[in-house]
Amino acid sequence: MNPAEWDWQTGKKTVADAGKWRNIFAHVDALYVSPDGETLAAVVQTEDLLFSVCENGRIWESRFDKISCLRFSPDNRAVALVSKEGLWTVAASGNLWANTYEFVWNLHFSAAGKSVIVAAVYQGRYLAVSDGVPWSDGFFSLSHLTVSPDGRSVAAVVQTVPLAAGDLAAFQKGCYTAAVNGRPWDMNFLNVWEMRFSPDGRRLAAQVRSTLYDYTIAVDGQPWAVHFASVWRPRFHPADGSVTAPVRVAGLWTLARDGEIFWDKRFVQLWHHQYTPDGRHIAAIVAPKFGVWTVAVDGRPWALTFNELVTDLAISPDGNRVACVGKTDGRWHVAVDGKPWDGDYDMVWPPVFSPDSRHVAAKVEKNGRFTIVVDGRPLKFEFQKAWEPVFSPDSDKILVKGMDDVNGIYTRRVVALPELSV
Amino acid sequence: MTKPPAKARPHFADEGIEKGVQKLTGESITPVIRDILKTEGGARLKVYMETCAHCGLCSEACHHYLSNDRDPKYSPAGKVRQTIGEILRKKGAVSPGFIKTACEIAFTECNLCRRCVMYCPFGIDVAYLMLFVRRICHRLGVVPQYIQDTAHSHAATLNQMWVKEDEWIDTLHWQEDEAREEIPGLRIPLEKEGAEIFYSVIGPEPKFRAQLIYQAAVIMHVAGMNWTMPATPGWDNSDMCMYTGDFEMTARLKKAHFETAMRLKTKRIVMGECGHAFRSVHDVGNRFLGWKTEPLPVVHAIQFYYELFRDKKLTVKQKFDQPVTLHDPCNVVRGAGLHELARYIIHETCDRFIEMHPNREHNYCCNAGGGVINCGPPFTKKRVTSNSVKAEQLKAVKAKGANIIIAPCHNCHGGLEDIIKHYDLGMEIKFLGDIIYECIKKT
Amino acid sequence: MIHDIYSLLRGPMVWLAFCIFAGGMVFRITAMVGLARQKDRVVFDYMNTRYALRSILHWMVPFAGVNMRKHPVMTLVAFVFHLSVLATPLFLCAHILLVKASWNLSWWFLPDGVADVMTACVVAACGFFLCRRMLLPDVRYLTTASDLFLLALVASPFISGFWACHQWPGYPVVMMAHMLSGEILLAAIPFTRLIHMFFFPFTRGYMGSEFGGVRHAKDW
Repeated sequence: MNPAEWDWQTGKKTVADAGKWRNIFAHVDALYVSPDGETLAAVVQTEDLLFSVCENGRIWESRFDKISCLRFSPDNRAVALVSKEGLWTVAASGNLWANTYEFVWNLHFSAAGKSVIVAAVYQGRYLAVSDGVPWSDGFFSLSHLTVSPDGRSVAAVVQTVPLAAGDLAAFQKGCYTAAVNGRPWDMNFLNVWEMRFSPDGRRLAAQVRSTLYDYTIAVDGQPWAVHFASVWRPRFHPADGSVTAPVRVAGLWTLARDGEIFWDKRFVQLWHHQYTPDGRHIAAIVAPKFGVWTVAVDGRPWALTFNELVTDLAISPDGNRVACVGKTDGRWHVAVDGKPWDGDYDMVWPPVFSPDSRHVAAKVEKNGRFTIVVDGRPLKFEFQKAWEPVFSPDSDKILVKGMDDVNGIYTRRVVALPELSV
Repeated sequence: MTKPPAKARPHFADEGIEKGVQKLTGESITPVIRDILKTEGGARLKVYMETCAHCGLCSEACHHYLSNDRDPKYSPAGKVRQTIGEILRKKGAVSPGFIKTACEIAFTECNLCRRCVMYCPFGIDVAYLMLFVRRICHRLGVVPQYIQDTAHSHAATLNQMWVKEDEWIDTLHWQEDEAREEIPGLRIPLEKEGAEIFYSVIGPEPKFRAQLIYQAAVIMHVAGMNWTMPATPGWDNSDMCMYTGDFEMTARLKKAHFETAMRLKTKRIVMGECGHAFRSVHDVGNRFLGWKTEPLPVVHAIQFYYELFRDKKLTVKQKFDQPVTLHDPCNVVRGAGLHELARYIIHETCDRFIEMHPNREHNYCCNAGGGVINCGPPFTKKRVTSNSVKAEQLKAVKAKGANIIIAPCHNCHGGLEDIIKHYDLGMEIKFLGDIIYECIKKT
Repeated sequence: MIHDIYSLLRGPMVWLAFCIFAGGMVFRITAMVGLARQKDRVVFDYMNTRYALRSILHWMVPFAGVNMRKHPVMTLVAFVFHLSVLATPLFLCAHILLVKASWNLSWWFLPDGVADVMTACVVAACGFFLCRRMLLPDVRYLTTASDLFLLALVASPFISGFWACHQWPGYPVVMMAHMLSGEILLAAIPFTRLIHMFFFPFTRGYMGSEFGGVRHAKDW
């Protein structure tokens, strides 16, 4: 994904008319737009009652019995999970992988978009497939597919021991572990859950449960020496290799690093922590009190709180700003650095920072119409359907992708930010 | 004082309990119980236990008591006395044999249905006390085999039935294909970001009752709903860990469920006709995570169908022509007050409705709820014989002409089916969804 | 000698009993609230005045709940008993005269005939409760020695008071027994199951809040 190569000329471009598609095809499914906004795609049902993908009005040559998932990769390719005669594979821009599987699912991309990864069943065994290359060996089951930022490493929670129905003892001995690129860790656990790779993709940290009651973090197969009443998803420090995770101690949550309590504050809830890019600060979603939600930076909660939820935490590229989505009394809000934007919405999508960290934008919905809000001000355009905005690399413009009317004409707009302030 | 001669407790062999108890010693039990009492036994436990006046006014609330010849051992306060009462009296110094009995009582002789709470002048929450006992059993590793296996499934797959990720998606494809035979153009929209409704079900639906997903898809399609289901774990709203006392796992399950709905930017969660799952998302699991209410509104199927009829999104082609009765499930009636809405739907869709008695908040439990049916075959016989009062209630309503029981809850279905079979009642059970699917105009 | 005991019971012991009662009550409620703050925050988070009062009121009105209607005799006896057991000592003419003699304070009192009837009701109700405890298998199963002791403790000041009041044989000694048992009863309230008189609004109010506020259902 390199937005520098995208078209950043200000102005409006009509890309596709999905309304017309509906006249051509028996069925048009959900619409997807490429990150650069240049392509609109949908799964369509052709005359022969088979399925294909329509990109900007052009249909892939291949026809399929089923298409279960269509997404754009970060490098703007339409990728779908497709099935013919009961066998499944991946089609990227219409090109099929050579191998087929009994089933594929859980479509993942590397951050740059080059790699496409799925979970698959092959001859009754579960494995991951990266760019068409399956793991050499499969497992009894597989879940929590996780991809390193560069896409070169793929991990999953795998079951290495068969488990008969109702066999409590076998389960409690440990049937699950993590496998990285097909190689399982040495040690089995009762459970392994959501994992995360280190930024360089060489190490893997996971939540594990070693008895019914003992939770901890395992890094590259080695659990921390201490255990906790529960843990949430761990994260690697961007530089120094340490691992932090929310842990539950004496009924409350705090952050632990490499097995030791790291924050002195305790929370009713603490999760989804993130580092600033330099690794010097950590922001997290917390509940300082029961039913009271906010963001804490280095353990210090904002004064602003929400009574229903906080989600979609975002940290600016310079590490100085934090944004989130919050909900109070059924209304959705955006807050940046502890201050709420004026509007309240029916739904808010994750806020995004501009590369220079000065601006924040979010897609919002109100009364069934969508718009983009930048720094708290809604754009003048309203859409019947919109996609999430992208800032230009110089942070001066914003790419707005939306469908203006019910007819289904999709337009791509590049808007200069100074225009927004008037 | 001398106690009335105790009838011997019938013995039920359960591998989970037997093997769990074998690992216990008197010395190993006490520290665990004391730790739980110290960390989790708070004001509610203390006040409930010290306020109970031993008046016995709760006895007749309980179907176990009424169905077991009014044996005092089965009265709510009697069960409290035999379990947590004894544990507190002995400050945790109880024997493995005691734990075995306490486990059987807490897991198979109480459905946590809270009917007795409505009969106690003090509002003592016997369900809370029995759950406290289950929590102790969980921490001691003494839990009936079948429900513990289910808890393992929840932990490993985030669903109740060991349904693998691919099997879930495949089932939805299959149901979509089937439904398209009936209604071309129908979709089960997977992973549709920004849909209004996140539809969630319980593990047994894809496993055993896939036609319910089919019916829900038809209802959604006909009503023109903007809905979706996830293609990832988090689709299952059920939660047996809440009933085994594994509250850490309950929290994990509910986090996955709510966060999946939040990831898809859906505005509300509509769930199928399940009772315990509603309790878990509305009342229990959210609390373990620090959410005072559900972070996204959770709408039970009863409320959802009610809205569809109220807003004329569904129209009835022909009313269901056999007389029906309604079994009010505890978790959506005592747990959510949805009883009048259920009657509204029945009046919209059925020609003749006959009330069973007692009803609404006072209905008798099916004896499947609270995880009791999930304790599996070792306890099936006990479960049906311990609910003869339900059989009597059903017989009475059958005598008035109702052969069809509508039970908008999965566990109730299981429980009532077994009762109907055991007592040879010859009645049929349906979900509201079955009736609606049958009666509505589909094109 | 008898006079000394009488003075003791009439003076310091009354103070002691009241202090233990009041102090104990404050202590028990404070401790309970403190414990709830520590380990049962949920009680405060979900307590809802409207639904708490709705529930408390429903359970304070005779026959307002289903279970009260199912047990009409018990309901009647229980309400008469609780009313009498609270009102008789508070509004008894003899008690008020004692207060007036000490502090020159007085308030409305019950006609002696009514007080007699109410006292008899308390004693009869205690007998009824005892019979329930002996005869109903489920209640008998729950009954502990302490339950019987409490019944006796509650009944004794009323029996002795009635006796002394009517100057039946040996009444001077019975009067002292009346004073002593009354004082023990008062002091015992915070430390026995009789604490239910203070915990009732909390348990009922909390359950009413959960049923009304969260579960949208009745709890009676």
